[in-house]
Amino acid sequence: MQRINKKDIKLMTGNEACAEAAIVAGMRFFAGYPITPSSEIAEILSCRLPREGGVFIQMEDELGSMATIIGASLAGMKSMTATSGPGFSLMQENIGYASMTEIPCVIVDVQRGGPSTGLPTLPSQADVMQSRWGTHGDHPIIVVAPSTVRETFDWTIKAFNLAERFRVPVIVLLDEIIGHINEKIIFPKKEEIVIIERERTKENPKTYLPYQCVDTDIPLFADFGAGYRYNVTGLCHDETGFPTNDPEKIDALYRRLNRKIERYTDEIIEFKTVSLDDAEICIVAYGSSARSAYRAIRRAREMGIKAGIFQIFTIWPFPYEELTKISQHVKNFIVPEMNLGQIAHEVSCATGCDVIKVNRVDGGLITPDEIFERIKYVSV
Amino acid sequence: MVGFRYEFRLSGSGGQGLILAGKILAEAAAIYDDKNATQSQSYGPEARGGSSRSEVIISDKEIDYPKAVNIDLLLCFTQEACDKYCKDIKENGILLVDSNYVTNIPKGKFKVYCLPITEIAEKEAGKTLVANIVALGIIVELTRIISKEAVASAILSRVPKGTEELNLKAFNIGYDRAKTLK
Repeated sequence: MQRINKKDIKLMTGNEACAEAAIVAGMRFFAGYPITPSSEIAEILSCRLPREGGVFIQMEDELGSMATIIGASLAGMKSMTATSGPGFSLMQENIGYASMTEIPCVIVDVQRGGPSTGLPTLPSQADVMQSRWGTHGDHPIIVVAPSTVRETFDWTIKAFNLAERFRVPVIVLLDEIIGHINEKIIFPKKEEIVIIERERTKENPKTYLPYQCVDTDIPLFADFGAGYRYNVTGLCHDETGFPTNDPEKIDALYRRLNRKIERYTDEIIEFKTVSLDDAEICIVAYGSSARSAYRAIRRAREMGIKAGIFQIFTIWPFPYEELTKISQHVKNFIVPEMNLGQIAHEVSCATGCDVIKVNRVDGGLITPDEIFERIKYVSV
Repeated sequence: MVGFRYEFRLSGSGGQGLILAGKILAEAAAIYDDKNATQSQSYGPEARGGSSRSEVIISDKEIDYPKAVNIDLLLCFTQEACDKYCKDIKENGILLVDSNYVTNIPKGKFKVYCLPITEIAEKEAGKTLVANIVALGIIVELTRIISKEAVASAILSRVPKGTEELNLKAFNIGYDRAKTLK
């Protein structure tokens, strides 16, 4: 084994890892409004960001927080906010604005029980569909869901990379368990960390088209205030950024906005499979529930039951094709999640199989036993 | 599969330093003893006063499920915590209680160790405040899962400046006291 410097090993929470990773990714602008169980992210960044030459603003509410990070990013900074269910609901309108105007930003949602104020101190995974469809209209978005403190570190950095690369809002879905657990983390070496910056235009400001349909489908960015004058609007717009009612231009914009994610799904989608090769039962899991699933399949294997796991890191875009492939040799799918079956439905669509749901909405983490019982039930 | 998973639950009431003790235990294992560790705590209105619970899992493998369900060692600083959690101790596990607070010892298939931890902290270390660190010393010797040196290093990196000597003294007192129990 490679020798690890003790300085690179820490015990920290998911919220701490998220804040640290954001700084590593180059985030220098945070606007937010504290809410349990995400508050530590804001608390840490209020200390750390000024020391890094960054900006921390506590806003009047979550509408303002979201609007502010969009503005900061438009001016060229990597920006972020962190919240939980009720605040995430308030951010939806402006998340749509970021999608429509193609302004990169990262939103961390440390999930707690909902709807409404729900269960402030207890975990949940019930914002999965909201993270995809919370704002109205056909819009592009990327959502990632880590399950450990180290994964939270890695995926916060990747969230910024994806936002920069595709000019979309990216949502990091944590939950109270991962947000608050203290766990061992071995930091990756600096040279192992990949940081992506948005591609900026070199075009003359006089001829620059802010929403030009380029080959990549991702228009080149110009920092607002850096000599490029252009219009930014939530209204449907043409390549100049000004509103349009021309059906051809409207159609072109909507299709390009969504195509810029669809055509790159191979690059975006990430998942991990363990002991799936000979599996007869596949557990599809994400976030903290995946931790229980790993324990359950280990027990199943010890008893000779052929069970494996498909852990999803990028929930949206959803790995439909990959699951369809797996359904050619696996017929039993079990989906544990701390909601009433939001991802189970997608797994069912992808596999064409009746999916067995393991759900908990009482504020407790699904136990390995609860999953194992279903594995045993299916295996006989 | 070879490998171990050891579950601790430190319970009592808010202000007894159980969260800090849990963090020190986990840090000792994770940073100074090359093992894996997680620490979690009851998080809710009850954490502001009322009962307090800190859970530590130590393993030589990756720790998947992070909650304690089959407890190897339960530490209780209140009768209420003892009554509530003793059912979660696994067979042949350890129940360690502060006999200053816990007088009614539950029966079960576990080993029970009663020590006046708070009194030891006050009389031998000089401050009731370090009862949590005395308890850590006892736990380290009783379980032998984490090395004494690792925990001492973790204590030094976590406690406030100027209290290092007091805390190390408390830790050693607890450690030596536990030796007499076996």
